[in-house]
Amino acid sequence: MTSHGHSNGFKVVGTRPIRPDGVEKVTGRAAFGADFSLPGMLVGKVKRSPHAHARIRTINVAPALALPGVKAVITAADLPEIPSEESFVGEGPINFRDLSRNCLARDKVLYEGHAVAAVAATSSAIADEALERIEITYEPLPHVIDVEAAMAPGAPLLHDDLFTQGVEPAPTRPSNIAKRLQFVLGDIAAGLRAAEAVVERRYTTQPVHQAYIEPHACVAAVAADGQCQIWCSSQGQFMVRAYCAKLLGMGIANIRVTPAEIGGGFGGKTLVYLEPLAVALAKKSGRPVKMVMTREEVFRATGPTSGAVVEVKLGATRDGKITAAQAVLKYQAGAFPGSPVQPGCMAAFSMYDLPNVHITGYDVVCNRPKVAAYRAPGAPIASFGVESCLDELARTLGMDPLALREKNAAREGTRTAYGPVFNEIGYIDTVTAAKKHAHYSAPLGPHQGRGVASGFWFNVGGESSAEVHVNEDGSAVVVSGNPDIGGSRASLAMMAAEVLGIPVERVRPIVGDTSSIGYSFLTGGSRVTFATGMAVVQAAEEVVAELKRRAAMILDVSPDAVAWKDGAAVPTESYLGKFDPLSLATLALKAGRTGGPISAKASINAQGAGPGFATHICDVEVDPETGKVHVVRYTAVQDVGRAIHPSYVEGQIQGGVAQGIGWALNEEYIYDGCGRLENPGFLDYRVPVASDLPMIDAVIVEVPNPRHPFGARGVGEVPIVPPMAALANAIFDAVGVRLADLPMSPPKVLAALTAARN
Amino acid sequence: MATITYSAPRSVDEAVHALRGANGAARVLAGGTDLLVQLRSGRAKPEVIVDIKRIPRLIGVRAHGGGHAIGAATPCAVIGEDPDLQKAWPGVVEATRLIGSTQVQGRATLAGNLCNASPAADSVPAMIAAQATCVVAGPGGLREVPVEAIATGPGQTSLSRGEFIVEFHLPRRPPYAADAYLRFIPRTEMDIAVVGAAANVTLDAKGVCREARIVLGAVAPTALLVPEAAAVLIGRRLEDDALSQLDAAVRRACRPISDKRGTIEFRTRVAGVLARRAASIAFQRARDRA
Amino acid sequence: MSKHHVSTTINGEPVEFLCETQHSLLDALRDELQLTGSKEGCSSGDCGACSVIVDGRLVCSCLMLAVEAEGRQVDTIEGLAHGDRLHPLQQRFLEAAALQCGFCTPGLLVAAKALLDRNPQPTETEARYWLAGNLCRCTGYDKVIRAVLAAATDVQEGARKA
Repeated sequence: MTSHGHSNGFKVVGTRPIRPDGVEKVTGRAAFGADFSLPGMLVGKVKRSPHAHARIRTINVAPALALPGVKAVITAADLPEIPSEESFVGEGPINFRDLSRNCLARDKVLYEGHAVAAVAATSSAIADEALERIEITYEPLPHVIDVEAAMAPGAPLLHDDLFTQGVEPAPTRPSNIAKRLQFVLGDIAAGLRAAEAVVERRYTTQPVHQAYIEPHACVAAVAADGQCQIWCSSQGQFMVRAYCAKLLGMGIANIRVTPAEIGGGFGGKTLVYLEPLAVALAKKSGRPVKMVMTREEVFRATGPTSGAVVEVKLGATRDGKITAAQAVLKYQAGAFPGSPVQPGCMAAFSMYDLPNVHITGYDVVCNRPKVAAYRAPGAPIASFGVESCLDELARTLGMDPLALREKNAAREGTRTAYGPVFNEIGYIDTVTAAKKHAHYSAPLGPHQGRGVASGFWFNVGGESSAEVHVNEDGSAVVVSGNPDIGGSRASLAMMAAEVLGIPVERVRPIVGDTSSIGYSFLTGGSRVTFATGMAVVQAAEEVVAELKRRAAMILDVSPDAVAWKDGAAVPTESYLGKFDPLSLATLALKAGRTGGPISAKASINAQGAGPGFATHICDVEVDPETGKVHVVRYTAVQDVGRAIHPSYVEGQIQGGVAQGIGWALNEEYIYDGCGRLENPGFLDYRVPVASDLPMIDAVIVEVPNPRHPFGARGVGEVPIVPPMAALANAIFDAVGVRLADLPMSPPKVLAALTAARN
Repeated sequence: MATITYSAPRSVDEAVHALRGANGAARVLAGGTDLLVQLRSGRAKPEVIVDIKRIPRLIGVRAHGGGHAIGAATPCAVIGEDPDLQKAWPGVVEATRLIGSTQVQGRATLAGNLCNASPAADSVPAMIAAQATCVVAGPGGLREVPVEAIATGPGQTSLSRGEFIVEFHLPRRPPYAADAYLRFIPRTEMDIAVVGAAANVTLDAKGVCREARIVLGAVAPTALLVPEAAAVLIGRRLEDDALSQLDAAVRRACRPISDKRGTIEFRTRVAGVLARRAASIAFQRARDRA
Repeated sequence: MSKHHVSTTINGEPVEFLCETQHSLLDALRDELQLTGSKEGCSSGDCGACSVIVDGRLVCSCLMLAVEAEGRQVDTIEGLAHGDRLHPLQQRFLEAAALQCGFCTPGLLVAAKALLDRNPQPTETEARYWLAGNLCRCTGYDKVIRAVLAAATDVQEGARKA
């Protein structure tokens, strides 16, 4: 693991302390959503649609209610009817009416596994029995799974009030196409005319699931006065609070959400499925209700990301300068509008400085679970197409693929197709580092090949709150409102320790519930180290300012005589020698006599998140007789701005790469002819296992983001963007066949090899 | 929510009695790695579960009649660690060790793998290639049958009510005999076999094949013994055209289906490839056994 | 509905609990004994998050009936450390940052312990294949394997010093 960039002169930032929540996690004591219990708790379970598309004719819950031990049953009738309303509470636009209907179907079921009713009972066995007793009659309707089939005229319609936005003139007939988008730069036709080489291809991807190992879990309790408490594993306790309030028609102030430890999210836990149901059941039964999804439910009913069709066309002059870049992206949204086609369009060409760009995107509904965010939503799909096509372009031009990227690289000042102009970015640095890396020139064995690909993610900032409290002994507590998915607590403690000038072991970071800390946007968008870090630093700096004031008071000197260094109040230059340092611990002890507890908070809307870039190198070995692909070496170079805790930065890179490899080779949803999922489990939904992967060399490049106190950029999402194309390009290099349809599973590779031989 | 009765008999007779006496559906519990999954999914709804792991005879590997006996409820991990078996039957051992993860290996058994009767079961082709037999206990006493007589179709066996497997027998090994098993899965571990191929060969001192058995998994409703493929090998040393003829014979015999794990074409192609590779390994091992 | 009364040994301590036939050992550990360190990720033996060691063998506790624990020795994640003395595996996991969300970590640690008990100096490949039954979605396994190999050396050195 190598670190590039300046030696930073920091004492804590850039080191690798043990994470503060680590011992709990390695001893099995950390409490995740399903580990929590309350006395008198009931078990809640969900009844789900067996049909991919059907009208709900009747629901009779009486037989379930009659079963001893059943304390409550709910259907959509128990939730307020919500008008269509778009909002930006979560990670991307959300329509609350759709979210409500996704939690409990109203009128129609739109995918196999769609929730229709829920029960709370005194035991798991009784809850299961109760579900069997609920009588539901359906009128099955024709269904549509495939994105282009859903777009075709005459396709079964999911919503008769869905009219395509973004088309002129506005359509009068409903459609499954929720939205059409376009991003245009320059003149694409002129760009194509100017090109001396043009490459185009159509790519397809399948829906893949975030596949966090922890299924969704929550416990909800509602007191007689309507005060509600929720414990849940989620990526945002404020999001859970807001969504439950909206979906249940409750006041936000009446809901308190405590975040449990979260066993993986990757975007899939940025919305609610069980929480509103658990609250409604708790209210109706008068007892706490625990709901935990089975793995099968996770697959059948929670958001995968889109499957898609991606059509890319690139034109360039002989010297490798790209004159035209065109893409059409058709993304499945699942049962309700909201695929990540927009960020997919925006990210597709953002690594490059291009004069003529034309991107069209379609958001298309179909009878599958509603998609949810998945790590850099939309970008890996678009990049699979674009980065594969770039590889073909490089070969057509006889150019090294990294040289082609370098020639067209985005830099400071490049205007993106989606609008903004880049400030300092580190894309070229990643290409240069990849070229220089020993991997790029290592020899290859028989049936082996090498591929490269690049990736980009915007990273976001957003609202974060943090508090820093000085304890009586000079240690500190840092409170923030963001669940820790990847080690952010450690980074926040480190940044606070750096500012306060004390050892990181003296800083205890905790994640507060919705009543204990100011509003924070959820954990996602690679934002926590950036935005919440910024809030923590701001609060810590205010604490330091206060500490200096207190010192001045104690020492009876002017405040501008006091500086802060290494965790103590020291004289400034002009006052050198006038007083001995006063440590934080001493000041803390005297806090009561100098004005009271020392504490600060910051609530910000962080701006200036720096985009992240990566370049990956992948070696594969292909068995030409079976089509099986082994990943034999992988190097991921990424500009992270500043690695606050390099081990966790490396971990994010390695984890993203592993997910990308799974997406590339074996992960996919398999449906039968009735629109039912055939592989809702880890046996046949094939995520990479330990023996599938080599060591993943995470190479950190640091081009600091000037907008963050320590230069940090978001890191978590960029690494999943390049792997699919890197693998496709490596396979081409190994055996000379271009795979354009994911996953590149052995039957597909073997079929391509066979076709090539004939 | 009927209660399920659980018993853990200490002898074969007790177990026969418990199974036979069950009024409703009864299931034998050995390793449980299939049964518990089926209980959870609702596919199995027994009223009685009879745990055979407390019967001493059913756990362990021992010498028997010049060959070996393996207790029906012996975990795969234990089988895999037996040095004698590894030497005599490397193919059976490697097949057994491919069943599931390390965790599954700690519990899964040959009897369970056989009686669950999945067409893709890993141990079965190797056991059939080895000409293994199994001892079945039942109301009528004990009987010994070839392993290939047990599975009759996906999820179906020829065992009647009250019967269960007590132990497996592997025959004595002549010199220059060796076996091998290969399977194809899309990952490196954890998948159900898309295709399995077992080869068991006996050579003479000059390296010429005198006997052979080729058995395929996951390409038919039950494991498929392919005599035509074996015939290709008899009297030969496994030169190139023997291998391509073996490949062709295997492909002709395959009757796979297309399902979420593989298509007909893919399974057929790869069956030929694996049969070639397994035969090559078996030959090499046989030659190395001086 | 009559329950089974099970007497077993968990992490070296004698323990008793009641259960029904269809309850798994995982159910009993989590619900009857409040040993929530073992996790439920799939209930079908495909993810390893529920891994425990029974009579010295690594198993998925979701694939074992609770009643089968009668008279057996069960070791869970809760027994890996001794008081506040972490096992070298736990220590190395922390130092190597071999966990992110931490959900699969108990299962991985138990599985790694079983590995080192049987194969004190595994190679990278041996460790990867042994641990293939423990899914991790966060780390990509790189730091996990490094931690396991480093801990193997620690355990060997500890044994030499003893």
